[in-house]
Amino acid sequence: MLTSTQIETYIAQGLSCEHIAVMGDDGQHFEAVVVSPEFAGKSMVQQHQMVYKALGDRMRAEIHALSMRTFTPEQWKQAGAKN
Amino acid sequence: MDVQQTIKEQVTTHDVVLYMKGTPQFPQCGFSGAAIQMLQACGVKNAVTVNVLADPEIREGIKSYSNWPTIPQLYIKGEFVGGADIMRELFQSGELQKMLGKE
Repeated sequence: MLTSTQIETYIAQGLSCEHIAVMGDDGQHFEAVVVSPEFAGKSMVQQHQMVYKALGDRMRAEIHALSMRTFTPEQWKQAGAKN
Repeated sequence: MDVQQTIKEQVTTHDVVLYMKGTPQFPQCGFSGAAIQMLQACGVKNAVTVNVLADPEIREGIKSYSNWPTIPQLYIKGEFVGGADIMRELFQSGELQKMLGKE
């Protein structure tokens, strides 16, 4: 069964991440927070596409649902300051 | 007609198109259900919905059309807006309402 830790590893292998957290323990539904400097200047659609690309075929075959929020390191700091 | 052409025609001839699993009355997936609810909350009455479960070719074709591996997918005036997560962020910031002209 796919674990959230495996998904974290897959994403981090394809994308340089400053912070990554994946939750979900049923093997099919996951929630991810991904912070990457590579997101800078990209639209939200492009940022999510980069995460999907890192996951490649697993996204089609194994993962039923991946809900995600993406941040640049700067946005992440601001979000942290707010919370 | 090629499926990519069919999709292009669908998204360009209608202002708001949502590709979803199931129908607005009976969504077959929580994300699709949330997507249609957000459109309704924005006051959209003319959204065209396409049930990808009823058409395997569209279901696969739409993923390559937008380079996006998941359903739902929202298009406004021919442009791919995003999936359920992006819709939620845009909805919460009020941006989705603006994009739909329902401010």
